[in-house]
Amino acid sequence: MEDNILEIRGLSKSYGDFRLSEVNISLTRGYIMGFIGANGAGKTTTIKLIMNMVKKDSGEIKVFGRDHVKDELYIKNKVGYVSEQPVFYENETVAWNVNFAKKFYDRWDHALFEELLIKFKIDKFKKINQLSKGMKMKTALAIALSHHPELLILDEPTSGLDPIVRDELLGILMEFIQDENKSVFFSSHITSDIEKIGDYVTFIDKGKIILSEEKDTILEEWKIVKGDAIQVDNYKQDLIGIEQTKSYFKALVKDFHAFKAKYDISSLVIEKPSLDDILLHLTKKGN
Amino acid sequence: MFISISNQDPRPLYEQIYDSIKTEILKGKLMPGDALPSIRQLAQDLKISVITIKRAYLELEQDKLIITRPGKGCFVADRDIKEITSLNLHEIERQIREVVSKAKKTGVLRQNVEQIFNKVLEEEY
Repeated sequence: MEDNILEIRGLSKSYGDFRLSEVNISLTRGYIMGFIGANGAGKTTTIKLIMNMVKKDSGEIKVFGRDHVKDELYIKNKVGYVSEQPVFYENETVAWNVNFAKKFYDRWDHALFEELLIKFKIDKFKKINQLSKGMKMKTALAIALSHHPELLILDEPTSGLDPIVRDELLGILMEFIQDENKSVFFSSHITSDIEKIGDYVTFIDKGKIILSEEKDTILEEWKIVKGDAIQVDNYKQDLIGIEQTKSYFKALVKDFHAFKAKYDISSLVIEKPSLDDILLHLTKKGN
Repeated sequence: MFISISNQDPRPLYEQIYDSIKTEILKGKLMPGDALPSIRQLAQDLKISVITIKRAYLELEQDKLIITRPGKGCFVADRDIKEITSLNLHEIERQIREVVSKAKKTGVLRQNVEQIFNKVLEEEY
């Protein structure tokens, strides 16, 4: 079996004045990777490139160890994909839409789909345009799960959803990876969801990957430091994304262990960062 | 098994899980031979990443508190009473050390610490 369920090497794509450059991502089986970035950073483009819905300029994408263009059909049969705005026939019922969608999958399991409808509390006789945003997302997810995918690729699944549905989704994803051969790759700008269940985190900014690591390692080694503005010069060379006012400064420190050994930190306030903090300081201009 | 985790806690999550399970074992709430939930099951129950639980279990195993039987899962390790007593003493010493060093840092006099300590001993034992 291949080493990585998803492997992206040197992926590039330009259109207009946007450029996705030299993207590298790898995800092993059994884990969840969160893909974080601001709107317009290149998350959706990267995902569409993986799905071969947009043609790449250069680079290599392998899913299940196979080329994503040459073995597109093989791959799509084993990938569950939910786009940011799932496409349905809005005036038709859930059941009608599913009858349409299931033809595209060799391994469609209708019994499983019916089971998921009950579990997600979806009324299949309702028209799509009568469903709430959360219900629509869950319908798309139920379709994505019903052909026994090994890899789930979700583009902003939690955006615009209330906390209850978001939490429900996290539960569904955790259940999915109870099978250690399965993985999830999901993009979000709501980092708290990824902070909970993500095993790995990849940050993207202006078309470039700026950090891709085990989440726990990041949250353990990186710290937010705050201090009096007059002291900022003492530490400047090791601070990332300094935010400064007349009275205080706040910045990110990458290797806190080394930082602690190098400086007297007794007058600084040290905090655990959130993934939001890390994104914010890493993408701050001037770094 | 109760696992207490909190985002407000300064300890990393894996350490909170490690400490919770260790406490349950030392208190005798989890007995030798008791099965622990699988790594993935516990991750799902707590809605926490698999890697975090993995690390907690790995450290519990390294400290010989639990054992992994391939294909069967994780179990609380056998240990004799002497070992548990010594582990408990170790934990107590660690906590006392913490308190004493805090007292020292904040300028509390040694004799005052002794007085408080003796008072608590009198009351509790």
